Amino acid sequence: MHEMSLCEGVIQVIEAQAPQQGFARVLGVTLEVGALAGVELDALRFCFEVVCRDTLAEGAALHIRERAGLAHCFDCGSQVEVAQRFDACGACGSYRLQVTAGEELRIQELEVE
Amino acid sequence: MCTVCGCGEGNLTIDGSSHHPHPEHRHEHEPHHHGDGHGETLHYGQGPAHAHAPGLSQSRMVRIEQDILAKNGAYAEANRRRFDELGLFALNLVSSPGSGKTSLLTASIRALQSRMPVAVIEGDQQTQNDAARIRDTGARAVQVNTGKGCHLDAHMVGHALDHLMPLQDAVLMIENVGNLVCPAGFDLGEAHKVAVLSVTEGEDKPLKYPDMFHAADLMLLNKVDLLPHLDFDVAQCIDYARRINPDLTVIQLSATTGEGMEAWLDWVAAGWQQAVTRRRESVAALKRRIAELEARLEAAGLSPGAA
Repeated sequence: MHEMSLCEGVIQVIEAQAPQQGFARVLGVTLEVGALAGVELDALRFCFEVVCRDTLAEGAALHIRERAGLAHCFDCGSQVEVAQRFDACGACGSYRLQVTAGEELRIQELEVE
Repeated sequence: MCTVCGCGEGNLTIDGSSHHPHPEHRHEHEPHHHGDGHGETLHYGQGPAHAHAPGLSQSRMVRIEQDILAKNGAYAEANRRRFDELGLFALNLVSSPGSGKTSLLTASIRALQSRMPVAVIEGDQQTQNDAARIRDTGARAVQVNTGKGCHLDAHMVGHALDHLMPLQDAVLMIENVGNLVCPAGFDLGEAHKVAVLSVTEGEDKPLKYPDMFHAADLMLLNKVDLLPHLDFDVAQCIDYARRINPDLTVIQLSATTGEGMEAWLDWVAAGWQQAVTRRRESVAALKRRIAELEARLEAAGLSPGAA
């Protein structure tokens, strides 16, 4: 969806952290991205490079930790892995699923100097 | 601010005056083209995960653990507090372009106006046309032009709300940019997202844009007066939508003929009544608290206002 905005959000967090954590340059950024977060990783990588230009994260490497989507099935009670929101329960075929993980969209850590 | 449709916050205007000028970004994006035997499909989301260990250098690691959308989330919470304090029932209307959102809105305003004040924040990439259509109904409307942006964010909505003041005990309709993708991810502080889908679109749209139908609490299936002329399977569409969101409420209606409008208007009126009651109760609670504190001051021999 709006990967450019997300990358701008990452830069805003980095700029806010720089004086607090005492760093002047960011060499690497590690993000945690869930499979159901609505983020296209290729687009995110592309935008990240563009958005980082002329900032303290210029040229920084982007590391992405993907998180699988998990859901609880209301009908059979299983915890199942889902790749999309409209996936059926892998155990019983029901669509009455409550997503429990996979919506993460977080900055985890920065490599700085 | 999609990679595909545009980027940057340049060109954002609220009612014609420019807001937050930012430098332009360069565009040079191409999707990956997979020869997967399924015809001409461009996939953006099929890349493998690449996790790298950071190299050994003078550098150090800083753990942050922050949501990327935290900034928007903070603005959204601030909006939510303002909506509560003002007794506003705020709805975020989302749909594809052409679903009949603005016509539905004008018909709804005309029907609701005698019962409650209605104000509108209109989001579009360009033009003031929709706000003008809304103002023709007599309702107050402020237009937000997102420029190259593909969605409203909570910060824009907060500023737009300033333009609608004074406003109290009202329904606030926020018509988002016609886009079923990006607005799903941006909380504006609204009570509910309302997805408008018209029967002239495909019944599988909920499956094609699952994030939006997951984020919505209510789906309005619009233009049902056209069903006799179309090959649109209503039951199938609702089934698809509930696969994504089992708790989704669905109302079928036609803004043109008025069919089904009553159910939608009742839904809005019920939410509005709750918002107004909540505000009055919190005001009453504050007044009780003030009276209590004044009584304690008096008991301590310090009459309020005696100074």
